Amino acid sequence: MRRSLLTPALVLGVAIVLAGLNLATPAAGALHVSSYVVSLAGKYLCFAILALALDLVWGYVGILSLGHAAFFALGGYAMGMYLMREIGARGVYANARLPDFMVFLGWHDLPWYWLGFDHFAVAAVMAVLVPAALAFAFGWFAFRARVGGVYLAIITQALTYALMLAFFRNDMGFGGNNGMTDFKDVLGLPLHADATRAALLVITALVLGAVYLAARALVGSRFGKVLVAVRDAEARTRFLGYRPEAYKLVVWVISAAIAGIGGALYVMQVGIINPSEFAPANSIEAVIWVAVGGRGTLWGAVLGAVLVNFAKTWFTAALPEYWLFGLGALFIGVTLLLPKGLAGLFARGPVRRTAPRGAIAEEGAR
Amino acid sequence: MRRLACLLIAACLALGLAGAARADDAVAALAAPGFERTRTAVVALGRSGDPRALPVIVALHDGALYVRTDHALFIRAPAGFVDAATGVPAPEVAPNTVKKVRVNNAVREAINDALGALRLFASDPSARIAAAQAVFHAHDPHALAALDQALAKESHPEVREAMVQARAAALLFAPDASTPDRLAAVATLRARGGMDARSLLDQMTGQPPAVAAAAASAVTSIDRTLQLWNLVQGVYYGISLGSILLLAAAGLAITFGVMGVINMAHGEMVMLGAYTTFVVQGLVLAFVPALSAVSVLIAIPAAFAVSGVLGIVIERTLIRWLYGRPLETLLATWGLSLILQQAVRTVFGASNRAVSTPPWMSGEGHLGGLTLTYNRLAIIVFAFLVLAGLMAVLRFTSLGLRMRAVTQNRLMASAMGIRTPRIDALTFGLGSGVAGMAGVALSQIDNVSPNLGQGYIIDCFMVVVFGGVGNLWGTVVGALTLGIANKFLEPVAGAVLGKIVVLVMIILFIQRKPRGLFPLKGRAAEA
Repeated sequence: MRRSLLTPALVLGVAIVLAGLNLATPAAGALHVSSYVVSLAGKYLCFAILALALDLVWGYVGILSLGHAAFFALGGYAMGMYLMREIGARGVYANARLPDFMVFLGWHDLPWYWLGFDHFAVAAVMAVLVPAALAFAFGWFAFRARVGGVYLAIITQALTYALMLAFFRNDMGFGGNNGMTDFKDVLGLPLHADATRAALLVITALVLGAVYLAARALVGSRFGKVLVAVRDAEARTRFLGYRPEAYKLVVWVISAAIAGIGGALYVMQVGIINPSEFAPANSIEAVIWVAVGGRGTLWGAVLGAVLVNFAKTWFTAALPEYWLFGLGALFIGVTLLLPKGLAGLFARGPVRRTAPRGAIAEEGAR
Repeated sequence: MRRLACLLIAACLALGLAGAARADDAVAALAAPGFERTRTAVVALGRSGDPRALPVIVALHDGALYVRTDHALFIRAPAGFVDAATGVPAPEVAPNTVKKVRVNNAVREAINDALGALRLFASDPSARIAAAQAVFHAHDPHALAALDQALAKESHPEVREAMVQARAAALLFAPDASTPDRLAAVATLRARGGMDARSLLDQMTGQPPAVAAAAASAVTSIDRTLQLWNLVQGVYYGISLGSILLLAAAGLAITFGVMGVINMAHGEMVMLGAYTTFVVQGLVLAFVPALSAVSVLIAIPAAFAVSGVLGIVIERTLIRWLYGRPLETLLATWGLSLILQQAVRTVFGASNRAVSTPPWMSGEGHLGGLTLTYNRLAIIVFAFLVLAGLMAVLRFTSLGLRMRAVTQNRLMASAMGIRTPRIDALTFGLGSGVAGMAGVALSQIDNVSPNLGQGYIIDCFMVVVFGGVGNLWGTVVGALTLGIANKFLEPVAGAVLGKIVVLVMIILFIQRKPRGLFPLKGRAAEA
């Protein structure tokens, strides 16, 4: 088997086994996997998709985004709007024309930007298109103005913060504080049924595998080589006749679109989307998944996302007051002791310093 | 027969023949049964302008006025009954021999009017001013007589002014006032200005045309002044918010701006400063209660020391390994901020801690049409003091000189014998210490909770990035601009949307000028 297929095969295999054990074994059986574990696994894989998106820009082009959860959440909101429409007249107010929260706010008409979200296809396209469009608008200005490094990190954080404040407003028409929840079904299939959950897990694993292979193909191509060149020596790449801002913009938009896909799958399995998904802390947590796994490897991002989130689930259940200590220590430990992440442990040969050394020399040893 | 006498007395008083000599009779009239007679007597007492009438009316107001079967009146004081007419203690009166004088709503109204009128004759000038202002707000023409009396006796200029204004207000609502009097009253109100005068002038009806025209023009003039003051008030609120941002960002301007270290735990340094204030306050209260009014001042150096020392420790153990790797620094300090938050939550609990405001910092003052709350004013002053101190340290001390040398050219400074690692640690300590002092100020206006710092960190970075890295003046301009912009957008767009607009504007601004308002120029800036 080719090495590039290892990660997607592993992920898909585990997903199928979990789904199979959940559906095929009796609830009391020793091998039974509970529905809770199935949806938890689905959640981890969605986070892995987000981590992949982040690794693409951070690991390969050196753009540290502290706002990637914003693209993830936008994708989630797009899918959430479809799921909201799918509830139809089964809401608390039994209003077939309007979602519950709009009835509650005393609205009479569906806002124009909700039109078309009755169709799954529209929502699926929007879940990719909206984050990509925002990323394009943001990146167009930022990369042309050569905003980079720490500055870019800070304004991406401001971006997700501004979006969070905006989505908290009831007037936005996205459910305000409470966001959207109480979803019933997707494409006519009940969301709470075990079979649907298991299917969603397998689909998420398939999507993750596809995104992984696409990202691998991208970074392995000529285009990908230029990306790494931009990361390591942007000025030199520019002097060689390339336009770094164009390369950055393309990969930035692709990354946002991938994050949007992750968010859309996330909402279906978690059953709620609210403005706290935009919280700056979420974006930074996503960065640590990638850092733990090892940036610039893609499979490291997947591994990191799953491992850190597994640890989070375990810690917050067993020792809730120590989780933040653990997470904080993880941030510090990884940056000080494991600059290449877990992937660095598996790297053959002597451990070299982290790749973007050239970038430092250029960005300035101050 | 007696009832008739009472009625006669009351009628005489009501006719305006009241005087100090008649106040006794009116007091006597209070003893007569019947709400209507009580009311008439209260009105009469109010117009008497006799200082001795005040305690009687106050007692009636408080339900402490009692009548004996022989119509003698007594005030019930904590120590026992007192004769209402003479003020002499009457220990012989037993509670079961007297009955409370009863009041109804009409009487209560009369009591309030009478109290207002009688307070015009109080011995304390500030009480007289308050009374005149009460009359102004009530603008009851009945108070005119009392006002005229009071004005005739008044010599204190401020009290006179307040009384003249009150008289003007009452006069405009008197049905029988002459047009020239009314015009003079409008002029007085116009000169007074303010929201109250405006609403008075606006709500008058049935005035002669000349008066109505004068009132309309007075309203426009007052409106213009009010708008101006509103603008000034907006700027003041903006400066107030800006000075808070400035305080919080000043430390960051040192660590990020001068050293280039991204310290995501900066907000937690501020938070620790606020908790230091809380601890110092508790210690002072426990050991030297006499100093509790200045515990905030004691907390300033304490907070500087706590955050500063912690900053030095952080620099020595964590940040020095990450120089030249800004993104990794960012992540590591973020981790640190999580640990600090959780540590404070473990030690002090997750709920808000109460830090009291010393008396000299509470209350508010007025300057023209401007309302200045003292705690905000203190923070503005403090922010600029801190900034001046910081600039002085950087400019005039040998530590500051070495700091500047290291930030401008590390290798050269090192070659000159400056111990750069030591300077790095001290610089970071200085920036963190300033953040701690910001925490003292924030403890006065914000909730002291483990999340205190998080709310400011993004704003702080915005200020520093907007103002231009490595430039304290840029931080000042950035903080004040953002503060004022925020406050002026709030009424137009609402608080949340205003903040979003400001954030988006900064994001766009940074695209135009990636190095902020005042970028460093020269070779150092290429880095």
